[in-house]
Amino acid sequence: MKQKTDVPQGTLALMVLKTLDVLGPLHGYGIARRIEQISGDLLAVNQGTLYPVLLKLEQEGVIASEWGASENNRRARFYRLTREGRKQLQVETQDWQQTAAMIERFFAAKAEDLS
Amino acid sequence: MKSPKWLKRFFARLFGYATSRAQEQRLQEEIAEHIALQTADNISAGLSAAEARRQANLKFGAVEAMKEDHRSQRSLQPFENLLRDLRFALRMLRKSPGFTIVAVATLAMAIGANAVVFSVLNALILHPLHIPQAETFYGIQHGNDALSYQSYPDYLDLRDRNRTFDDIAAYDAALVGLDTGENPSRAWIFLASGNYFDVLRLQPFLGRFFHASDEHGPNSAPYIVLSYAYWRIHFQGDRGVVGRVVQVNKHPFTILGVTPPGFHGTLVFFNPGFFVPLVNQEQVEGVNDLSARGHRFIFMTMGHLRPGVTPAQATADLNSIGSYLEKTYPKDDDQRTFTLNRPSLYGDYLGKPVRAFMTGLMLLSALILLAACANLGSLFGARAADRSREVALRLALGASRSRILRQLFTEALLLSVLGGAVGLWGSFVLLGALSNWQPFSRWPAQLPVNPDANVYAVALLLTLVSGFLFGAVPVRQVLHTNPYEIIKGAPRGVIRGRITIREVALVVQISICALLVTSSVVAVRGLMRSLHSNFGFDPESAIIADTDLSMSGYSGERALQMQKRMIDAVATIPGVQSAGLIDWAPLVSGGTIDSRVFRDADTDLRPANSVAVSFMYGISPEYFQAARTTLLAGRTFTWQDDQNAPRVAVINLEFARKVFGSATNALGQYFKRPDGTRLQVVGIVENGKYQSLTEDPSPAVFLPFLQSPSTQTYLVVRSDRDLAQMAAAIRSTMRTLDPGLPVYMGPWNQELATTLFGSRIAAITLGVMGAIGAMLSITGIFGMAAYSVSKRLRELGIRMALGAQRKEVLQAALGRAFKLLAIGSTAGLLLGIMASRVLASIVYQATPRDPVVLAGVVAAMLLLGLLATWIPARRALSIDPAMLMRED
Repeated sequence: MKQKTDVPQGTLALMVLKTLDVLGPLHGYGIARRIEQISGDLLAVNQGTLYPVLLKLEQEGVIASEWGASENNRRARFYRLTREGRKQLQVETQDWQQTAAMIERFFAAKAEDLS
Repeated sequence: MKSPKWLKRFFARLFGYATSRAQEQRLQEEIAEHIALQTADNISAGLSAAEARRQANLKFGAVEAMKEDHRSQRSLQPFENLLRDLRFALRMLRKSPGFTIVAVATLAMAIGANAVVFSVLNALILHPLHIPQAETFYGIQHGNDALSYQSYPDYLDLRDRNRTFDDIAAYDAALVGLDTGENPSRAWIFLASGNYFDVLRLQPFLGRFFHASDEHGPNSAPYIVLSYAYWRIHFQGDRGVVGRVVQVNKHPFTILGVTPPGFHGTLVFFNPGFFVPLVNQEQVEGVNDLSARGHRFIFMTMGHLRPGVTPAQATADLNSIGSYLEKTYPKDDDQRTFTLNRPSLYGDYLGKPVRAFMTGLMLLSALILLAACANLGSLFGARAADRSREVALRLALGASRSRILRQLFTEALLLSVLGGAVGLWGSFVLLGALSNWQPFSRWPAQLPVNPDANVYAVALLLTLVSGFLFGAVPVRQVLHTNPYEIIKGAPRGVIRGRITIREVALVVQISICALLVTSSVVAVRGLMRSLHSNFGFDPESAIIADTDLSMSGYSGERALQMQKRMIDAVATIPGVQSAGLIDWAPLVSGGTIDSRVFRDADTDLRPANSVAVSFMYGISPEYFQAARTTLLAGRTFTWQDDQNAPRVAVINLEFARKVFGSATNALGQYFKRPDGTRLQVVGIVENGKYQSLTEDPSPAVFLPFLQSPSTQTYLVVRSDRDLAQMAAAIRSTMRTLDPGLPVYMGPWNQELATTLFGSRIAAITLGVMGAIGAMLSITGIFGMAAYSVSKRLRELGIRMALGAQRKEVLQAALGRAFKLLAIGSTAGLLLGIMASRVLASIVYQATPRDPVVLAGVVAAMLLLGLLATWIPARRALSIDPAMLMRED
C-alpha cells in the first residue's frame, strides 16, 4: 500500500492559494478538507500543519483573514486571497507548470533522444 | 516602493510578539472549531460521538507540536529570547541594587573618564584645525629650540625661495584697543600675512577675506576680518557689519568679512577676535619691524606642502634657504635650521608636552577601564558562584549552557550599556563646561572640546568591549558546572594560600590607586607651597593695572609724560603705599622680552658671541619698592636717570654670576647690548621668577624706563586697603587722566594663574584620576572580600559555633583582603615617590619628602580599605551559625 506522505510546505502553500482562488473565502477546516478531497487523501494526517502555513501566508500579505460564521453558525476564522495573493498564485502556477513540464520531458526522454 | 515579502514578514513577526496573547487565543479557537467541524462530519458519516471525536483528534495531529511551530513562526524567537533575557536581567539587577549601583557607577566613571580624555585628545591632537586638507598642513619651527618665531624679511625669503610649499602664511598675536563708536574695548587679534586665509583654503562666512593682492607696503591694508564667534558676541551677528569702519588703536579699519564658524585662528587654544593684515603692524603695535631682519616678532609661519612632497624634502628645502640666510646676513641670522611641526599647539613647544601628557592620560584612563572591567568581572564571578544553584537547577531542567551564558552576557551588556550611558552623559556635561571655560581672564584661551561622532563611536565601542570583557569572566564557571554535584550540596573547594591572578590584578590596581593618590597629594601640596614661595617680588596685596598706551594713540615723549602722570596720580590715592611701573610684569604678561648680553670687551656683536640671554625690563624708580624686590647692593634708579644721563642698569644675582662671575665685583662694571649700547651696573637685586615658576634662576636686567621707553604699562600698586575698593579707585583715577584708555586690572596673585595653569591642571587631573582609582580599588577590595565571605560562610559559621570571637572571625574573613591592601598601598606609595620627580617638572616644588603627604596617603588608603570591607565585615559578623547549618 502506498504511504500517505507529508506534503512539503511550499507545495501546501500553493495548494492553499489555489483552493482559496477556486472556492473563495474558507475556514481552516474547509481548506483542509478540499485539499484532502482533491489530493485523494494524501493530506489525511496532521491537518494541524496547515495552520503555521496559513500564518506565514498571512504575514506575507498574500492571504487575509477575518472572523465569520461557519455553516453550523459557529465563530470561525475565514481566509481569503488578497490581490497580491492572486498575483503570486499566477506566478507560482506558471513556475510550477514550467518545472513540471521540464521534469516530464526529462523523464520521457529515452537514451536515443539524447545521442 | 513595495517592501519585499521577507521584510513584511519580519515586521509582522516583530509585531507578533506584542500581540502574542491575542494570537494564541485565536489559534486556540481555530483548533477547537476545526476539531468540532471534523467531529460533526465524522458523526454524520456514522461514527459514535466518542469515536468521531477521537478520529478528529487523530487526523488533526499533535496539537502541542503544531502550536510550538505556530508560535515560532509568529514571532522572532531570538528576539523574543533577548527580550525575555533582558527582562530577567533587569529583575536580577533590581533584586541586588547595591551591586547594580556599584557596577553602573564604576563603569560610568571609567567610560566617562575615557570619553572625556578621548574628547580632549580628539580636539587637541587628532582634529585640531577645522581647515581643508589639514593632513598636509605644517608649521615651520626652529631646528634647535622648538620655537617658531621669525623676522618679516626672513619670512619673505622662506615664502618666496621655497619650492616645496604651496605658499607660506605668517601671523603674530597682538592686543589692540577697538573702538566701534561705543565703549572702547581690548581685543586679542592675529596680525596675519595677506595670503593667510588663502593658504588655509578657507571661504568667508560673510563678505570677503583680505588677500596678498591687498598689500602694498606698510599700513596699506587697513582691513579687518572678524572671527565668527567675535562677530556673534560683539556685533550681535549683524550682517550689516561688512563695510563698516571701526577704530583700531585710533586708526580707521574697514571690516571686510567674517570667518566660517568653527574656525578660530590657527592656534587651538587661542581665539583671536579678528584678523588684520601684517603689513599694518605699525598702526597696530606702534612699531614697524617689517624690514628688521634681526627682530623676530612673527609668532608662526606655516603652509600646505605641495602634492607629493614629503616633510623630509620640505625640511631639506627650508634648510638650504636657512644656510643661504646665514651666509647672506651673518649679523642677524645664525643657526637658521628648520623642522616641520603641527602648528595648532604652537608646534613642538607646547605640542610635545601636551601630546605626552594626553597620551599618558589616555593610557591611564584605559588602565582604569581595564581595572574596572577586572573588578566587575570578579564581582560577576562572585555573583555567578552565588547563583550556581540557580544555574545548576536550570541546567538540570534542560536549559542549554549557551542559553545560560547568553543570559549572563545579556546581564553584563545591560550593565555596561547603563554605565556607558551614564558615563557619556556625565562626560557630555563636563565637556560642555570645559568648552565654555576660560581659564585666563587675560587671554582669549578657550578649548572647544565638545564630543563629536568619533567620541560617541569610541564610547560605544568601549562600552560593548567592556561588557563582553567582564561578562566573559564567569563563562568557565558555568561551562564546568556540574548540576548533580551542586544540588547535592557538595562543598566547593576553597584553595588556601595560592595566589590567584585575580589577587595579583587587585594588588596592581591598588598600587596604581595609591600611586595616583600619592601624586595628587604631592601635586596639591606643591601647588600650595608655590603660592607662598619666593618669586623675587611679593604678589600679595598688590594690584596690577595695565594698559598699552599705543592703543589710545600715545607714543614717544607723550607716552612717557602720560606714564609719569599715571604714577603720580595713583600714588596720591589714599591707602596706596607705593606705586611703580614696569613694561612687562613678571609672571603675568606671558610674553617677556629677552635680550642677548655681551661683555664690555666684545666688539663683534653677532648672536653667537653673546655671554647670556637675559630677561629685560624697563621700570620706574619706585618699582622695586612697590614690588618688594630686595635690593642687595648699590642703588635703584632715580628720576634723574633719563635720556640725558649715562645709561645704567640694575641686574639680578644670576646676571651678576653669569656675566661678571660674582656679585661682589659686578657693581660699577659695564656690559653691552646687541646694538652696542654700554650699560653700567648700579645695583643688584635678588633673583626672581620671571616666566614660569619652574624655571631655573635666570639672569634679568632692569633699565630705567626713561632710558628704555615702551608704551606697555604695568602699574604695580601696593596697598593695605581692600583690593576691590582699591581697584575701583585706580579705575576712576585713570578715567580722569584719559577716559578712552582701556585698562585691565587684577590682584597680582590672581594674575599668576597663567603660570600656575600647568600645575593646577596636573593637580586637578591627578586628583580626579586618583578619586576614580580609589573608587575602583574600593569596589575591587569589596568584591574580593564579599566573595571570600560568601564562599566561606559555612566555615565561618562553624568557627562561630565552636566559639570563635568576633576578632578571629574578621581576621579569617578579611585578613587576606587587608594584606593585599597593605602590599598594594606600599608599592603604590613607593612608585608615587619615584614618580614625583617627573611631577616636579610640571608642578613647582613637588616633593614627597613631606610628612603631610605620607600621612595623607596612608590615611586615604586605610579609609579606603575600611569603606570597602565594611559591608562584607558586617555580613561575616551577622552569621547565625544555627540558620546556616540548617540551610544546607
